[in-house]
Amino acid sequence: MTVAVSDYLREDKLPHLWCGGCSHGVVVGAVARALAALEIAPDQTVVTTGIGCFGKADDYIATHALHGTHGRALPFASGVKAAAPHLTVLALMGDGDAATIGGNHLIHAARRNLDITAIVSNNNNYGMTGGQCSATTPAGKRTSTSRYGSPEPDFDLCDLVIGSGGGFVARTTHYHVRAMEKLIAEAISYRGFSFVEVVACCPTYYGRYNREGDAASMVKLIKDRALSKDKYFKLAPDEREDFFPTGKLHVEEKADFTTRYLEVQKKAGGIKAESKEGSR
Amino acid sequence: MQNNIKFLSGNEACAEGAFYAGALFYAGYPITPSSEIAQIASERLPAIGGTYVQMEDEIASMAAIIGASCCGVKSFTATSGPGFSLMQENLGVAVMGEVPCVVINVQRSGPSTGLATNPAQADIMQARWGTHGDHSMIALTPSSVQECYEMTIRAFDLSEKYRCPVLVLTDKTVAQMREKVVLYEPGERKLAERKKPSGPAEEYLPYRADDDGIPPMAAFGDKRLLRVTSSTHNEQGFTNDDPGNAYTLIRRLYDKIEDNVDDIAVFKTYLMDDADTAFIAFGITARAALNAVYKLREEGHKVGLIDMSTMWPFPDRKLKEAVSGCRALLVPEMNLGQLVREVNRICCDKEVYSYTKSDGKNIFPAEIIKAWRESL
Repeated sequence: MTVAVSDYLREDKLPHLWCGGCSHGVVVGAVARALAALEIAPDQTVVTTGIGCFGKADDYIATHALHGTHGRALPFASGVKAAAPHLTVLALMGDGDAATIGGNHLIHAARRNLDITAIVSNNNNYGMTGGQCSATTPAGKRTSTSRYGSPEPDFDLCDLVIGSGGGFVARTTHYHVRAMEKLIAEAISYRGFSFVEVVACCPTYYGRYNREGDAASMVKLIKDRALSKDKYFKLAPDEREDFFPTGKLHVEEKADFTTRYLEVQKKAGGIKAESKEGSR
Repeated sequence: MQNNIKFLSGNEACAEGAFYAGALFYAGYPITPSSEIAQIASERLPAIGGTYVQMEDEIASMAAIIGASCCGVKSFTATSGPGFSLMQENLGVAVMGEVPCVVINVQRSGPSTGLATNPAQADIMQARWGTHGDHSMIALTPSSVQECYEMTIRAFDLSEKYRCPVLVLTDKTVAQMREKVVLYEPGERKLAERKKPSGPAEEYLPYRADDDGIPPMAAFGDKRLLRVTSSTHNEQGFTNDDPGNAYTLIRRLYDKIEDNVDDIAVFKTYLMDDADTAFIAFGITARAALNAVYKLREEGHKVGLIDMSTMWPFPDRKLKEAVSGCRALLVPEMNLGQLVREVNRICCDKEVYSYTKSDGKNIFPAEIIKAWRESL
C-alpha cells in the first residue's frame, strides 16, 4: 500500500479556521504525516474529538470521525477501541477537553490502558470561547476569567498521565515539528494508552493577555523553555523553574486492555465475535 | 419440560433481551437498583465474544456505547436516577449523531440521591425532555418481567430502525421482582438491523437521509468513511450554521420518530370494550391497576385499563380513540402527576382524575379503588 500525506487530509476543507499563528494546524499536519509514515489506512483509523478550537481538528482529517461533547473524546474513543480493537484510534484534544472538563476521563483512560493515542495541543487557555483559563493555565497568568492572574496552580499533564499509569508519555512543542511527527508515530505504534502533549500557543488570547507578543515571539518563548529530558533532569531542582522537559518522558511495556480482555474472554469460554471483523 | 421458560427478575430479563437482540457491547457504571444488568453483562458478554467495560462514570458510559455502536456493534447500558441525569449530555449526542443504542433506566425515588433505593416512576418527563434542545425520544415502559425481556429486544429493533437512542424505563419493583418468562428460541424472532449504505464509497454521505428520513449508516472500519457529530451538520457530517439546514435537520430528527408514532407506540388494553371509566397507568402501577379493574368488575363496574407500554412518542391519536367511549379517566402513577399531564392534554373533553404517590412505596390496588370511589 502506498499512501500520501494528502490521503489523510481533507484539503477541500482548507484553509482551516484557526487564527494566524495558532499551533493546531501544525499538530494536524504532524498527525497526517505520522499516519502516512506508518501506512495505516485512513479507513482503518478513527479520530475522536471534543469541543474547542482543537475539537475542530477532525474536520481536516480524512479518516472516520466522531466529534462529540466537551471533554469526552477519550470515552468515545474507548468505546470504539474496546468494540473494534483492530482499528487505530486517536483522540485529539485541547487542554480544556483533556485536562479540565475531561480530566477524570484522562486519568482513567491512562489506567485502563486501551490502545488509544491521545494528543493534546495545550495552549493554556480556551481559545474558541474567548481565552478563559483552563487547568493548564499557570498560576498568576492572565486570561479572560483570571484578569488578576489565576489563583490556581496548573496541571503538569505528562506527570498526571504517568501517575495514572500511562505507558507511553511524551512532550514536544509546536516548534519541534519533526520531533512531534516522530513522537506521534511512536505513540501510535505503542500498544497501550499513549499520550503526547504538544506545548502550543494561542497568540490571539493567552499571548495577548500575558503580553507575550506575536506568534513568532511566543514560539521563541516556548522553544527557549523546552529542554531535552536529559538536559532538564541534569539541572538542579531550583534551576528547573523556567524550563520543561521534552521527549519520551516515560515508556513502559505492559499488557493493554485488549490483551487482558482476551484473557477474560478465554476464561469466560467465549471467542471473538466474527461480526467485529466481518461484514465490511 | 421446556428450557426456555425461566424464573427471572426484570433486570435479568432486560439483560436476556439485550443478548437475544444481538448486543455485544456494554459500558456502564454500577448503580442500584440496576447493577444486576451490569453484573450479568460483565459475565455473559465475554462468553459470547462481546465486551464489557466498566467506565469511570455515566457520562463516559454513554459516550462509550456510542463509540462502540459506530463500529456496527449493538451496544447498551443501564442505570438509575442519578446516573440517568449524567447520561443526558451524551444521550443528546446519540440523538444528534443518530447513533443506535439502548439505555435501560431503572427508576428510583428522587430527586438526587433521594430515597435510595425505593421505587418511583418519576423520570418519564426527564426521559422525554432531559437532554437539551428540540428532539423526540422513544421510551418503552414494561410492566412485567416478560415485558422487560420483550421490550428490551424491541428497544434494539427500534434504535436500529430509526437510528436513535431508545430508552427502556423500568422501575425498581419491576426490575427486581421475579416472574415466569418465556424466552425466544434462537432465530424464532426476527431482529432489525440498521440500514447499510450502498453505492461508491467516495460518494457516501453519512447524513443523507432516504425518503423515510433515516440515513444509511456505515461503520468505523468500512471503506465508506463515517463521520458522526454532535454539532448541527450538513449531509457530509460537517458543522453547518445555515438556518435552513439547521431547521431541516432538527425537523428530520424529530419527524423520523413522531411521524412513525403508530409504528412505535403501542399500548395494551384490558376490558376496554364496554368501559365507561379507564385507568391509564404504566410499569408496576399498571399491574396494580389491572388488579383493581378485576375487583371492580366483580362488583359490576364498567372499568378498563390502558397499560402504556410506550411512553414516548406519546400515542395521542390512538389513546384518544381507545378512550372515546369513556366518561372518566383515572391516572395512578408513582410521581406527583407526570403522565396525567399528557392525558389531560389529549383527553380534555373527559373527566380526568389523578392519583399520585411519591413516597417510595408502590401503589396498591386498594388505593386505586379508593381513588376511583372518591373521584366518581
